[in-house]
Amino acid sequence: MVYRYARRYAGLVTMSSVVPAYGPDAPGRLAGLADVTASDAALRRFLHGLPGVDAVGLEARAAGLGTRSIKTTAKAYAIDLAISMIDLTTLEGSDTPGKVRALCAKGRRPDPTDPGTPHVAAICVYPDMVAVAREALGEDSGISVASVATAFPAGRVARPVKLADTADAVAAGADEIDMVIDRGAFLSGRYMEVFEEIRAVKQACVRPGGPEGGTAAHLKVIFENGELSTYDNIRRCSWLAMLAGADFIKTSTGKVAVNATPPNTLLMLEAVRDFRDAVGVQVGVKPAGGIRTSKDAIKYLVMVNETLGDDWLSPDWFRFGASSLLNDLLMQRQKLSTGRYSGPDYVTVD
Amino acid sequence: MKVSEQQSRLSVFKTYKLYVGGKFPRSESGRVYEVTDPKGGRWLANAPLSSRKDARDAVVAARKAVPGWSGATAYNRGQVLYRVAEMLEGRREQFAREVAEAEGLSKSRAAAAVDAAVDRWVWYAGWTDKIAQIAGGANPVAGPFFNLSTPEPTGVVAVLAPQESSLLGLVSVLAPVIATGNAAVVVAAERSPLPALSFGEVLASSDVPAGVVNILSGRTAELAAPLAAHQDVNGLDLTGAAADLAVDLEVSAADTLKRVRRPAPAPEDWTADPGTGRLTAWLETKTVWHPIGV
Repeated sequence: MVYRYARRYAGLVTMSSVVPAYGPDAPGRLAGLADVTASDAALRRFLHGLPGVDAVGLEARAAGLGTRSIKTTAKAYAIDLAISMIDLTTLEGSDTPGKVRALCAKGRRPDPTDPGTPHVAAICVYPDMVAVAREALGEDSGISVASVATAFPAGRVARPVKLADTADAVAAGADEIDMVIDRGAFLSGRYMEVFEEIRAVKQACVRPGGPEGGTAAHLKVIFENGELSTYDNIRRCSWLAMLAGADFIKTSTGKVAVNATPPNTLLMLEAVRDFRDAVGVQVGVKPAGGIRTSKDAIKYLVMVNETLGDDWLSPDWFRFGASSLLNDLLMQRQKLSTGRYSGPDYVTVD
Repeated sequence: MKVSEQQSRLSVFKTYKLYVGGKFPRSESGRVYEVTDPKGGRWLANAPLSSRKDARDAVVAARKAVPGWSGATAYNRGQVLYRVAEMLEGRREQFAREVAEAEGLSKSRAAAAVDAAVDRWVWYAGWTDKIAQIAGGANPVAGPFFNLSTPEPTGVVAVLAPQESSLLGLVSVLAPVIATGNAAVVVAAERSPLPALSFGEVLASSDVPAGVVNILSGRTAELAAPLAAHQDVNGLDLTGAAADLAVDLEVSAADTLKRVRRPAPAPEDWTADPGTGRLTAWLETKTVWHPIGV
């Protein structure tokens, strides 16, 4: 499989250790693969040279991993881990500063009746709400502010607008940027255009001068799997985004019919694993949209553990893009601690 | 048909299943238990032995059905319930056989019990748009206000169906719960659950929205405990609970301030006039003050 590529390119990179995608060494590692991204033709050759996806096998594997029974202490651990991995999201046209502040309060203290509940990983909002979220969270909460950018969710604007959108969110205090790729360009085979756009947005994530000058917001790249049509496309898109310097790859916007599914997330997890083996750069994964129950979330965690192992079982490397999932996790958590089933009357209405 | 041909006909056994959220699932646990004839001990069928997770799923389904059913007009609820009676009427023979087997009754007494059940259902169907006049009304107050009390459904009600009367008893405890706009999770009689499980098929072929009635079979004590403790259940009808179990359940239900209806001290006569007690047990009174205009 992809290990073939690992061998082919092994001579180009020094595989002394694995470095995080947002670390200072990552660009150097990626530079080792400069030949595949040197031209449109080379990039196409590389992406189309990736092995085809065995769709039946992939779906069977994802379904098989979904049958694991996670109970008692393992379940309690998984629930707390899942809560700590949530990017608590509100992406509605009707978002108000008040709603964002309420969401931030919930993110800091998801279950006020139980101080042992972990806080979420990040609050995910539209760019114009970044400043509100930043202020509501304060400096010491340990919760990041994530912002969608680049004309989310369609991404159908000119590149200067996308870059301005990104820079604006970063300037407002976003720690993480969720960009959407240009699916139109990807589907019509203009891979280089997508590649360059991701690079340009990554550049726009660098914070301007000041105390944090030179550091950059982490970049999550959204594929919108539901619009990529095939598993082969998802695999190609994963490699394309990782080659371009994505810190995280994210399944979908949550705004279309098909969002994160176990098979397409498993495929991305495998791509991330193979990428680390080949290049030595560790990239995170974020499934988003359609994950509503604790059961689903635990299935994803099983998938991460079985595919990638412990290294990814932390909020630094795996996230859930979700809003209603948190309430279900809290209800399950209450059930575990009190022994009685909880109900929607005992969690917030979002 | 010759005798030899009759003997060669293999009987088709019925797989009895739960009725949850408008669907007919097996127990999540995969368990079943044997249901036997109370007189001869003859095996009748395997019924699902529900687990506490089935109870939880039933509560989720019921909660989902509450807004639609409680928001429907009382007149509409009456029509839907009358439709259930029509469907039940059409399957009298099946139910007469099942009730005869389940309770060890003669054919004629079982048929009478089914007829009484249909009549009881129609009687409650008529109450849907009349209970508000009985349980609510205009209150005279010392001020220039209209003061109006109106009964509203409690929400999700868990019902332990009576153990001795498998259909008439079931209908008598279930109909008042849903006639007033609540959603019900019913635990069928432990030793004779088959008529109740078949009654799910009647509900599914009427216009009762999915989740308004959910029917579980299994050990009453095993299912009642999680339902009594469940934070999303608003009422608990203990009709089918033994005296000592009923006390434990009431204690457990008190933690979440559920409405509880205690079992009758003596065995109830299900053929007697039921009165409105079971209707008003699952209603909350809302009172509004409105200023009188000039």
